[in-house]
Amino acid sequence: MQQSARSTLDAKVPAGRLQDKWDAYKDTVGLVSPANKRKRTILVIGTGLAGGSAAATLGALGYQVKSFCIQDSARRAHSIAAQGGINAAKNYPNDGDTIWRLYYDTIKGGDYRSREANVYRLAQVSGNIIDQAVAQGVPFAREYGGLLANRSFGGAQVSRTFYARGQTGQQLLLGAYQALSHQIAAGQVTMLPRREMLDLVVVDGHARGVITRNLVTGQLERHLGDAVLLSTGGYGNAYYLSTNAKNSNVTAAWRCYRRGAYFANPCFTQIHPTCIPVSGSYQSKLTLMSESLRNDGRVWVPKDSQDRRAPHRIPEEDRDYYLERRYPSFGNLVPRDVASRAAKKECDAGRGVGDTRLAVYLDFADAIGRLGQQAIRERYGNLFEMYERITGENPYEVPMRIYPAVHYTMGGLWVDYELQSTINGLFVLGEANFSDHGANRLGASALMQGLADGYFVIPFTLGAYLSGTRVDKQVTVDHDAFREAESSAQGRLLALLAVKGDKTVTEFHRELGRLLWNDVGMARTRAGLEEAIDSIAALREEFWGRVRILGENNTFNKDLEFAGRVADFMELGELMARDALARKESCGGHFREEYQTTEGEALRNDRDFAHVSAWEHTGSNSTPVHHQEALAFETVELTRRSYK
Amino acid sequence: MAERMTIHLSVWRQAGPDAPGRLVDYTVEDASEHMSFLELLDVLNEQLVGRNEEPVAFDSDCREGICGSCGVMVGGIAHGPQRRTAVCQLHVRTFSDGDRIVVEPFRARAFPLVKDLVVDRSAFDRIIAAGGYVSATTGGAPDANALPISKRAADEAMDYAACIGCGACVAACPNASASLFTAAKVVHLSLLPQGHVEADRRVMAMVDQMRQEGFGDCSNHAECEAVCPKGISIAGIARMRRAYVRAALR
Ligand code: FES
Repeated sequence: MQQSARSTLDAKVPAGRLQDKWDAYKDTVGLVSPANKRKRTILVIGTGLAGGSAAATLGALGYQVKSFCIQDSARRAHSIAAQGGINAAKNYPNDGDTIWRLYYDTIKGGDYRSREANVYRLAQVSGNIIDQAVAQGVPFAREYGGLLANRSFGGAQVSRTFYARGQTGQQLLLGAYQALSHQIAAGQVTMLPRREMLDLVVVDGHARGVITRNLVTGQLERHLGDAVLLSTGGYGNAYYLSTNAKNSNVTAAWRCYRRGAYFANPCFTQIHPTCIPVSGSYQSKLTLMSESLRNDGRVWVPKDSQDRRAPHRIPEEDRDYYLERRYPSFGNLVPRDVASRAAKKECDAGRGVGDTRLAVYLDFADAIGRLGQQAIRERYGNLFEMYERITGENPYEVPMRIYPAVHYTMGGLWVDYELQSTINGLFVLGEANFSDHGANRLGASALMQGLADGYFVIPFTLGAYLSGTRVDKQVTVDHDAFREAESSAQGRLLALLAVKGDKTVTEFHRELGRLLWNDVGMARTRAGLEEAIDSIAALREEFWGRVRILGENNTFNKDLEFAGRVADFMELGELMARDALARKESCGGHFREEYQTTEGEALRNDRDFAHVSAWEHTGSNSTPVHHQEALAFETVELTRRSYK
Repeated sequence: MAERMTIHLSVWRQAGPDAPGRLVDYTVEDASEHMSFLELLDVLNEQLVGRNEEPVAFDSDCREGICGSCGVMVGGIAHGPQRRTAVCQLHVRTFSDGDRIVVEPFRARAFPLVKDLVVDRSAFDRIIAAGGYVSATTGGAPDANALPISKRAADEAMDYAACIGCGACVAACPNASASLFTAAKVVHLSLLPQGHVEADRRVMAMVDQMRQEGFGDCSNHAECEAVCPKGISIAGIARMRRAYVRAALR
């Protein structure tokens, strides 16, 4: 049943022409005076690009900021691992780029499942991000003349991607971290590392605090604030194996969901096509090879599934360059979702390569022949080295083996235009929110969004909230809501330790990952999803009866940390399956086998599904309520994405 | 097919900062050559939990050599024997079947031990907070191309900016000096015009902070460069010293 959007899901998009909305918003939004900023405490959870940039910016504006991260230092958040680059509509190469084009590419790339106004704003502020990063001393790649270098990324027709070797995420994150450090030294930001947020404290409908666990001492702590900013990244680790860092998790977001924040589009996950394949059961995580490799590498498999010859012994005519064959105009540069599904199709048909047969070749022989080994080394040297370190094979001589892996989650907590969730005063930034990438994220857009949210959006929208809200000054950390949240967090930790079962946390996580990968992965069916919902529920029950966690609560206890996260991933996994089941269409990273064209391409259903699904928690034992935010497309025509 | 190996480990176990510590022997029988060294520890931990023994605590996050969370002494070498490789990227194929490997935490006075192989490296954050930034608050930045920067300077700045802050340089240094770490940031920023304005104050404040944290001085052993997973050059330390002296004389 398609019901219309409920009034609770008002995205608060400003009126007016798309191009004018953000300026109009900024012109009229309420401000907080310097004297009042000093009296406001903002809690910022996470120190990745979104959280780090937000905390630094708000501190510099004069707010009292408390910044939290689970790592031992704010410099380590997973944004650091982003390789390829960051998009911005600077049009430095004069190749025809505009804000409109970046906006259009992003909304189309997202398969028309994101909100126009948010995406347009993202494109609008993209240029400021580059200015800001350069001012901080981020060493972007440059041309001989001293100007910034740009490259085309992920099939874009213009060169709008800025990069710092293969370490763009690292350099942008260190820029934000250094700005944050500046504010720490200035006394504007209090940094609390090795802290995990275990609950959100809501007082009279307003987010007023968090409960954190000190991961060294196990101590639970109460923190009071005027607003909470959640910038805790994505939930790709639900699949166990993903390119996410080991500590990336959904717990903070999930706890907010359980306190009333709606979770939007949880089934929109991105499977990245170029990752190093799984090598064995001990595999703890997967490593991405930058998408930029597809600029010069050619993807192929043997034509004959029985062909077990070494790659260099397979002659041209026995190879199938299936992306070039199926998508002549984009070839190896088709978007991520398309490339991933195509690899899966080849492997499902038995044409996969390597020991596990779950891999395809990414071959640089042609490019090396054309440009020479030196040119390839200059472009991808560090990636080739990394590949060799992990696999023990030299990609200058043997084609790389690659396979898709979970990489990014477009879904996340629902937010309005102001990045505010359905809980007043709870703002969600970066990958943790759902807003800008629709059903598929384009390469080099995650860094852009995290920094746009933190540097340039939240300073305005947070001010709007604070200037328009009467925050109850009587509330202290002794308020009942704090007591209740702390004791529920404590209860959960003790319950986990009390199980004293016979299976490790990792065994459960692996099992959950297998279920999600098979049934809520690259291809989904109704039957598979229904089965997944049941199996995950059963696994959850088994978890709470059989998990074994050693050690104590009041010490540094990694297993206990992970156990809490896995428990939340299990609840989320069920919601992902439910969301995938409800979305009876294929779009972006969400491919339902029942809805495809005769050529096997995704078949969108704009009549019934041009909306955001947002789920409301209604209790541990009841099914969540499905809300919708209708997506109105006023400026773009919904076309079928075609890369043929 | 991947080769199976038996690896013997002697791992430093210490329940907390004030508890006594010692090396404990373990054996992983079914290691694969394709495992990373941290995956070997994962497998060991699974086995320990199976036997009702507390798993070995160690830090890691990205497991692709970029976040700097990981870091242990493997066979007496920070991050192990493979050059320019963080321990999360070190693979078991580097070792031989039947090897015994001693695994210990990064040790330094300024890195107090937390548990087993986990140490507290927050001193690094305080060194950065002392001046390892450009005071460019958000907004008001000039156009990114307003100021051309030579490719050479940008590339060289990037060489130093690649530091992942893992602490291997400190662990390898006989003086437990943080000079390579500190120099990496000082030199990265001093190579760029954006960093010039505050260069004098930066180098003085960061070096002073380094000393206050209890790190030693550099006496040119170059052990740091040898273990640095990003191959950061000790030439940076000389530059930092020159900059320090110049700043002190100004
Ligand atoms: S875990 Fe990130 S560098 Fe090793």
